Amino acid sequence: MKIDLTETTSSKINAALVQARRDIGTPAIGMVLTLVIVTDEENAYDALKSANDAAHEHPSRILVVIKRVSRSPRSRRDARLDAEVRVGADAGSGETVVLRLHGELVNHAQSVVLPLLLPDAPVVVWWPDDAPPDVARDPLGALGQRRITDTYASENPQDALTQRAAAYAPGDTDLSWTRITPWRSMLAAALDQQPVKVSSVAVEGEAENPSCELLAMWLADRLQVPVRRMSSDGPGLTSVRLETKDGDIVLDRADGSLATLCMPGQPDRAVALKRRDTAELLAEELRRLDPDNIFEAALKFGVSKLGAESPAAAPAKAEAKAAPADSPETVTGPKADSAPAKPAAKPAKKAPAK
Amino acid sequence: MSVIGANPLRDAQDRRLPRIAGPSGLVIFGVTGDLSRKKLMPAIYDLANRGLLPPGFSLIGFARREWEHEDFAQVVYEAVKEHSRTPFREEVWQQLVQGCRFVQGDFDDDAAFETLKSTIDDLDKAQGTGGNFAFYLSVPPKFFPKVVQQLKNHGLAQKEGSWRRAVIEKPFGHDLKSAEELNKVVHEVFPRDEVFRIDHYLGKETVQNILALRFANTMFEPIWNRSYVDHVQITMAEDIGIGGRAGYYDGIGAARDVIQNHLLQLLALTAMEEPGSFHPKALVAEKLKVLTAVELPEDLGKHTVRGQYSAAWQGGEKVVGYLEEDGIDPKSKTDTYAAIRLEINNRRWAGVPFYLRTGKRLGRRVTEIAVVFKRAPYLPFESGATEELGQNALVIRVQPDEGITVRFGSKVPGTSMEVRDVTMDFAYGESFTESSPEAYERLILDVLLGDANLFPRHQEVELSWNILDPIEEYWDKHGRPAQYPAGTWGPVEADEMLARDGRSWRRP
Repeated sequence: MKIDLTETTSSKINAALVQARRDIGTPAIGMVLTLVIVTDEENAYDALKSANDAAHEHPSRILVVIKRVSRSPRSRRDARLDAEVRVGADAGSGETVVLRLHGELVNHAQSVVLPLLLPDAPVVVWWPDDAPPDVARDPLGALGQRRITDTYASENPQDALTQRAAAYAPGDTDLSWTRITPWRSMLAAALDQQPVKVSSVAVEGEAENPSCELLAMWLADRLQVPVRRMSSDGPGLTSVRLETKDGDIVLDRADGSLATLCMPGQPDRAVALKRRDTAELLAEELRRLDPDNIFEAALKFGVSKLGAESPAAAPAKAEAKAAPADSPETVTGPKADSAPAKPAAKPAKKAPAK
Repeated sequence: MSVIGANPLRDAQDRRLPRIAGPSGLVIFGVTGDLSRKKLMPAIYDLANRGLLPPGFSLIGFARREWEHEDFAQVVYEAVKEHSRTPFREEVWQQLVQGCRFVQGDFDDDAAFETLKSTIDDLDKAQGTGGNFAFYLSVPPKFFPKVVQQLKNHGLAQKEGSWRRAVIEKPFGHDLKSAEELNKVVHEVFPRDEVFRIDHYLGKETVQNILALRFANTMFEPIWNRSYVDHVQITMAEDIGIGGRAGYYDGIGAARDVIQNHLLQLLALTAMEEPGSFHPKALVAEKLKVLTAVELPEDLGKHTVRGQYSAAWQGGEKVVGYLEEDGIDPKSKTDTYAAIRLEINNRRWAGVPFYLRTGKRLGRRVTEIAVVFKRAPYLPFESGATEELGQNALVIRVQPDEGITVRFGSKVPGTSMEVRDVTMDFAYGESFTESSPEAYERLILDVLLGDANLFPRHQEVELSWNILDPIEEYWDKHGRPAQYPAGTWGPVEADEMLARDGRSWRRP
């Protein structure tokens, strides 16, 4: 069931939601969270589609906040709220409200969203693209205990990661991090099987893919060893190589779906590592709503290193002692922290004693 | 599993990373059976699809059929396509098919077991399974001794530096004596901790949720005792008849088939005290305590009922009675319905009856636990106002339509004060994932991980028989099963049994 409301208010939308539920004969609500999607007209359709798919696993009230661009001074002065209420079969397994904000209202979106949040249920805010620089302090972001961004969609992913790390607040998360869960779990499983000491790591993937950086930073943070980030044509991540004294553990995925795991002294094995679509990523993201400390550690660990070792700034830093001098893209272990760094570089929190 | 602390990539806080089983493989005996095709193979694929199986996981089928590896792979492929719960993905299948092998032979056939051994050795080399194998005995129990002996004789039951596990399905014997014998046979070959008894009910989300409901909340546990609970009804009803299982079912009956394992497990989970932790040992200790405290009624004739379905119309279909089913002795005394009353002798439950019932060809397929509370000691309303108010109840719906229902009184809108029963519903499917793992998925994964929490231990099996044996003996000597028309909720004798206690069965 679909109800269109023009020039409306939050309380009229609430009334429409209650009415719509009564009309379809299911007044009870079993939704577990409110998902606020902040987007523009252009991306709203895809984002909502993914959210509806994810809602099969997490029945939710989905609020799509579309900030309309005003093209004349007159329309900028006008404030108007239009809403589209979808309940029942039209809204997957929850309910959806598409909110279109015009004019000055664009700057006060939280006033529209706040009355529409489900009582006592968690709130998740998702920016499919164009996230504000500091999501936790954003008026809409402040409403949620979980804030999902996607650095993959940004113009310069490396800068975006630095930005996210600088502004990180507990509850922030990024879909580029979600994308690498299968890789991380496979690598962890590999080390479960062969608990050997890793001496260095190489991560290879698309140049513009922040998932590669995040995986590299996570490995560097956890293993405390130098990590090289190398570029390939993709798709996505293509390989991870853990060097150990017994030989290399290699997880290699050339085609974006079926990977090969090679471990010293063991036969090569096929591993399904399919690139997942946004709905699946979102569903994973909604499974846990507490702060992701591991993400925080990985994100913050790498920032300084990435800053110091990014291709542009590389030549000056190439002599960092833990890193091979000829590899400009090296993300080094914490040792390199003692190397002279840009002012932005902070000492890694977990500098080991060695 | 033991190296989690040592692995720098693992962190307890990193809860995105799933538990992946270590290098391992599964050998299924009786791989051509229904269970294997409809449940086990799809569950293995679903596990792989969720990324929970180790790379190189291998599946060996063992059966009499003259198949090549490719034929077997084809059978698995079809079973997966038809029955798996997650979408079919070619790359997952590619990962799985590399480890599919088939061994043809009889259980008497020494050569076949030698082939099995060499197949396992080959897989260790080709797939890196590390010698870790679970043997799933999806065969009738009469073959158990043969198979485990063969595994022992061919040195398959144990291997230095790796694990070997046995997985067995119910029935775990048909009385205490046979259960003890069976346990002895299996334990002779496999160490106790390496024997996993599958009770697929324990793999169900709703059953595991009983523990969450009781021990994660504050609002239920204070009233979960004799001060507030009037009685508990545990029901498992099926709408189907015995189908093609005549050979197995006749002589076994509903009580042995269902009450001994599923219903007594549900009773244990509902009634047990809080375990100190969710360590398998702590959990099993509490379950054993409550099963030991179970007491049978003195007069078994009055407080137990058994029945047989008779020909009738059920849900728009004409169905035959049990005695007319193919392959059933027309004089059979086997019960297709059983209801018993048990009490639990401890401080929490003394005086609270637990009514257990199960049957085939009942009204509909449903499994539920209903905790029925006492009436309010005093009602300050006019006498007519609460006439339609029943007893408060909390119902855990195990299947289908998993969820929890709470029944309580509410004022009927209007100018007069009138209170009537209403229900409040929590549906699993509404609040959580549609694609929650199937019971077998969870259980197979737990076998590979060596996590014994969801498997009944041999002591539990033996204690359960201890409870049921006297009832079966009494039934053997006294009377015949009562008849009930198919499609109803059991014989009138069962209603009378509760009426004697001043209660009545819930219509589930």
